[in-house]
Amino acid sequence: MKMRGARILIEALRCENVEHIFGYPGGAVLHVYDEINRHADRLKHYLVRHEQGALFAAAGYAQATGKTGVALVTSGPGGTNAVTGIANAFLDSLPLVVFTGQVPTHLIGNDAFQEADLTGITRSCTKHNYLVKKVEDLAPTIKEAFHVARTGRPGPVLVDLPKDITAQEAEFVYPESISMRSYRPTSHGHPGQVRRAVEAMLRAERPVLYVGGGAIAAGAHEEVRALAEKLNLPTTCTLMGLGAFPASHPLSLGMLGMHGGYWTNMAVNNSDLLISVGARFDDRVTGKLSDFARGAKIVHVDIDPSCIGKNVKADVPVVGDARVVLQQMLAEAQRQLEAGSQVAAREAWFAQIGEWRREHPFFYHEDGEVIKPQYVIHELHRITKGQAVVAADVGQHQMWTAQLYGFERPRQWLNSGGLGAMGYGFPAAMGAAVARPQDLVVAVVGDGGFQMSFQELATVVEYQIPVKILIINNGFLGMVRQWQEQFYDHNYSHSDIKVAPDFVKLAEAYGLPALRAERAGEVTRTLERGLATPGPVLIDVRVAREENVFPIVPAGAALKDMILQ
Amino acid sequence: MRHTISLLVENEYGMLSRVAGLFSARGYTIDTLCVGPTLDDGVSRMTLTTHGHDQIIEQIIKQLRKLVKVIKVTDLTERAHVEREMVMLTVNAERGEPRQEVLSLVEIFRAKVVDVSTDSFIIELTGNAEKIEAFIDLLRPIGIREIVRTGTVAMTRVAASRAQPKGNEETFSQLTLNEKV
Repeated sequence: MKMRGARILIEALRCENVEHIFGYPGGAVLHVYDEINRHADRLKHYLVRHEQGALFAAAGYAQATGKTGVALVTSGPGGTNAVTGIANAFLDSLPLVVFTGQVPTHLIGNDAFQEADLTGITRSCTKHNYLVKKVEDLAPTIKEAFHVARTGRPGPVLVDLPKDITAQEAEFVYPESISMRSYRPTSHGHPGQVRRAVEAMLRAERPVLYVGGGAIAAGAHEEVRALAEKLNLPTTCTLMGLGAFPASHPLSLGMLGMHGGYWTNMAVNNSDLLISVGARFDDRVTGKLSDFARGAKIVHVDIDPSCIGKNVKADVPVVGDARVVLQQMLAEAQRQLEAGSQVAAREAWFAQIGEWRREHPFFYHEDGEVIKPQYVIHELHRITKGQAVVAADVGQHQMWTAQLYGFERPRQWLNSGGLGAMGYGFPAAMGAAVARPQDLVVAVVGDGGFQMSFQELATVVEYQIPVKILIINNGFLGMVRQWQEQFYDHNYSHSDIKVAPDFVKLAEAYGLPALRAERAGEVTRTLERGLATPGPVLIDVRVAREENVFPIVPAGAALKDMILQ
Repeated sequence: MRHTISLLVENEYGMLSRVAGLFSARGYTIDTLCVGPTLDDGVSRMTLTTHGHDQIIEQIIKQLRKLVKVIKVTDLTERAHVEREMVMLTVNAERGEPRQEVLSLVEIFRAKVVDVSTDSFIIELTGNAEKIEAFIDLLRPIGIREIVRTGTVAMTRVAASRAQPKGNEETFSQLTLNEKV
């Protein structure tokens, strides 16, 4: 059947089983919008209030489900406003397909109204991008875009749609399958490397299994757990990997890195074997590279070969999908155990880790009246029984939540880990709540990041998206202030933001119920009431202004030189 | 160390910028770059030379392979291959002795005079980078008015006996691919 490009887009999204799309209209995408509300029964469009919100919502949607998030914005400023969201998805390997409008093909390069070279601008922050130049190419391009976004190491793919392409007609034929000679991600690990890795895991006296976001992307959480249990491996998760291994598991070491546990970082640094699964030895994890886990042999499992050997030399590199490789490792371990190999006894190692943990657990001082932010996270965990989907913004509250909430399941923890984009938490929670209507979704945000995203209050009110917004409000850009306190001699240059709206009144202005807690005694009741309120709600918690996140590994310092308090 | 890397890429909009952008975004350097068509209209060949220590080169190759529309990346440095670049020079050639000296250098280097005026030649020379450097050094005292150089192009040597690929599958598959395109 012949149809215009705009309709082809709608039909292609249907073929990709896309149910939800986040977007903002403008001149160059008006043909598409002309179709969108004619097909509202099949494709639910959420009108955000800023393009960045659309991208973060689509990212939250992807992070909470593993499905590909879809966003639609117009040309020029629509696209440039989306760039931060695209860069975020690129660094955190989230599958997104982003449709941007473009000026008509005959005007491209003409400095036309609302023209920006979006494929040029996003080349370095997309997995791949496309400019559709013929309407006949539209359907195959969309097919390829979804294929590239969600296979291999997932990532954002941008499809730039000139206005005339969405107006012209073509026969709609959606390709059933796809084969690209230039793009064939490896899924199976090399059997020889898998064998060597398993031998090392059986023999090691002081192993640590180090699990990143790649394990969640691959859906490998069950395999992670099975491997840890089978081979008796203490297991740590990165910021992006939280939930890939249950926090309450006896083998769990919690999070490592800049704000990781003392015992966790000590275990990693003193290990004789570090098995990395879907993690990339990021600078926030390793600290000073030359002092990082110097005595450890490194097994590095990653689907992206360029991650292996980039920061740390791998002794046993394994390129492949985390889930497939871990299944291979489990089978190989079974073979070796049946052939008489035994898992090394590690009593001394576990005893040592236990000692580190007792020496310096996570710690904060209760202070009577004043609300400690860590206490709020504890209470949130207790009241939600650890079951909530939690989206954090960026800063101190993000780290306290990562340290203290205790994530048991994958896709329960959403945050902007790689890019560290303030303004992520609330719109990401919005996307997650759209994707998972049965789950309680809480956005834990700071007062700074919330002021970069609160335009979306109108969106959650319009569609009654039941996000519970919890503001950890200290009137500071808290993490900036902490660094200024610790590393810049208390010079609080432009980090005090106590001039801010009254968030309760702000919520009410948008038509949203809102509550506030100002004293420690009010926290429990306020959280309970807020979380029990149906629909979207805002909870403003006024916390101690100058609390610090500990431990902290100063930027560029070695893990062993972390500051404990 | 200097490396010569050969890429087969989809002949699509923006490919050059994807490759060049990768180098600039990650702080690698391109010393020379040549792009041209192959026998398949849909495929272009890029040959680039770069330098860096082993870990950098490994990253460059992995990052190039990661580009969605790059079909094949080969580091030719470690294998038998032929490299050529071309230079054109406008050289002073006054009547008499200088003119004879230039012509004898042209003869020795198997270069070609492609344009003649009363006091200058345009000379064309192909060869590997060392040969071209040597030629330029010898002409410099005589007076080079202008110089235009291409980048390096390179090709894997075909094994002397094609019937016996010596079990070297990598070379063999490269060979088949070259034949296909």
